[in-house]
Amino acid sequence: MKKRWAAALVCALALLAGFPARGAESSGKSAPQSGVTLNVYNWGEYISSGQDDTMDVNAEFTKRTGIRVNYTTFEDNESLYSKLAGGGASYDVIFPSDYMVAKLIREKLVRKLDFGNIPNYQYIDREYRGLVYDPKNEYSVPYAWGVVGIFYNKKYVKEKVDSWKILWDQKYAGKILMFDNPRDAFGIAQKALGFSYNSTDPAEWNAAADLLEQQKPLVQAYVMDQIFNKMSSGEAWLAPYYAGDAATLVSDNPDIGFAIPEKEGTNFFVDAMCVPSSAGHPKEAEAYINFLCEPDVAAANMEAVGYSTPESEAKKLLPEETQNNPIIYPSEETLKNSETFVDLPDDTALLVDTLWAQVKMGSSGDTGTLIAVLAGFLAVYIAIVIRKKIKRKRELG
Amino acid sequence: MKAVSRVYAFLVYLFLYAPIAVLIVFSFNGSATMSRSVWGGFSLRWYRQLFGDRMLLQALENTLIIAVIAAAVSTVLGTAAAIGIGAMNKWVRRAVMNVTNFPMVNPDIVTGVSLMLLFVAAARFLGGVSLGMTSLILAHITFCLPYVILSVMPKLRQMDPNLYEAAQDLGCAPFPAFFKVVLPEIAPGVVTGLIMAFTLSIDDFVISYFTSGTTQTLPIFIYSMTRKRVSPEINALSTLLFAAVILLLLIINFRVARDTKGGAKTAKGGESL
Repeated sequence: MKKRWAAALVCALALLAGFPARGAESSGKSAPQSGVTLNVYNWGEYISSGQDDTMDVNAEFTKRTGIRVNYTTFEDNESLYSKLAGGGASYDVIFPSDYMVAKLIREKLVRKLDFGNIPNYQYIDREYRGLVYDPKNEYSVPYAWGVVGIFYNKKYVKEKVDSWKILWDQKYAGKILMFDNPRDAFGIAQKALGFSYNSTDPAEWNAAADLLEQQKPLVQAYVMDQIFNKMSSGEAWLAPYYAGDAATLVSDNPDIGFAIPEKEGTNFFVDAMCVPSSAGHPKEAEAYINFLCEPDVAAANMEAVGYSTPESEAKKLLPEETQNNPIIYPSEETLKNSETFVDLPDDTALLVDTLWAQVKMGSSGDTGTLIAVLAGFLAVYIAIVIRKKIKRKRELG
Repeated sequence: MKAVSRVYAFLVYLFLYAPIAVLIVFSFNGSATMSRSVWGGFSLRWYRQLFGDRMLLQALENTLIIAVIAAAVSTVLGTAAAIGIGAMNKWVRRAVMNVTNFPMVNPDIVTGVSLMLLFVAAARFLGGVSLGMTSLILAHITFCLPYVILSVMPKLRQMDPNLYEAAQDLGCAPFPAFFKVVLPEIAPGVVTGLIMAFTLSIDDFVISYFTSGTTQTLPIFIYSMTRKRVSPEINALSTLLFAAVILLLLIINFRVARDTKGGAKTAKGGESL
């Protein structure tokens, strides 16, 4: 009996000791051993992963180079940032969006790339090089881009959707969805007011917050992924979201339309690939970035993901209807008025966080309700106590 | 009155199980996309995709490995600790129990952040290794421990303390006496603790989120899908997990029922002697 327990314990310890290595070898069993495992950190559902006979990009990379990939995913830029800044995790390739790239550069959390190792950078179109977040093109390689627009249900929304202001229309009260993240939500109010996304003027941010508070009674919910279900079931009629998800939405419910408010302008965003300064394998990381820039790989990824590619060569490999889809590849005129998020200075960022919390949680008005509810409970409690006392008195008397 | 209580019980179970029923139904949804709301006919496509999704299976594998190890280790440690605590005098025992209960009432996020800070410091000390599987397992053992202790303690109290001494009086060495006399007595508590630790470990999100480093568990993987949409593969996976848990519970219940029946018989036989 004793021996068996001892053996079990030894096994458990051995397993435990073997773990760091075990956790790392996550993919590519038949691959040539190069001994290196890249830690890749991308958005959730943002790569072609071999379902429905598409290309399994990570497995393909391992097959070609022998470098294994430990592929993990995040849900927003902020959690990527917190992981990178303090999480004790060492990543080799990350996929931050535009403003986060700028922030990471400013805080020296990403390293300069050696473009000698990324010859496929030649495929990236001119328009997507040297953008505001990385003006000298030293730190990042664009992976995908897109714009924000309004999804609407044609059955209920008959008018022409050409302004963000439709999200403030009383007619659609309770049928409007809004972004559940501050930059995208404020962005809509800012464009409705004609401001820049990247304003540092507190008055403009306050005005945008006021507008969002006015909108709040009309909003059904502040959501992200739930948009898909709420829109396709007809539970909600109007929702701003990323154009790259149009294919998903329309295929579920053909009544759903998409419009970009051209005059007011919209958000043009880029998700880029970077190598953190703490990366253990920068050379292999650059090889991975280079691999993702290969037109056939880029095309496979964009076909799976639905967003837009910054490579004309890759675009040519996509189905005709995707190439000519004005939702996924909007005209230059539409893009002319668009604006990219840049990293906000610290005091503005703090203001935005505070204002967003106010919008979401409600200001004094809601505190009033809370006090009323509490007072109600207190009154009921007191009434019960008094009744009991009276009852007891009667019983005694 | 009886009708009211019946309706009430029905409502309680409806609220408990309706979401699971919806999830199971929609895991068979054949709709071309990932809707919860549009029914596209019966299909097994999500089950097929589930078994072809390497990332998801990897996350599931990590979660299960962590849960098994964390549950096993914390059960062993927790049982030993409970026995130690049980042997203390009253005041010390109370003080120690308060200390062990504290992590349970502590919000997960505080535990998560503090463990992360500790692990990051330790990793730096060890020369900049990345957090990962090891730190996750350590964190899970940490937060499972109090639950194991809490579920073993009452069984220890119920046990007659003289049993162990009697076994030794009859010539049993301390270790065999523990395994043959004490452990069978407290086994229900130990098993409860084990199952509790296992389930807690499987569905923990907050603490794992902070201590995971470059390893991904299933809850974190699902959460990372929220910008696009949570794939119905997750419905399929949850259905399978639910079925597995039901099966496990059924087996345990059948075994318990059989054992009590058998136990009752021998007790009767003893009496007739």
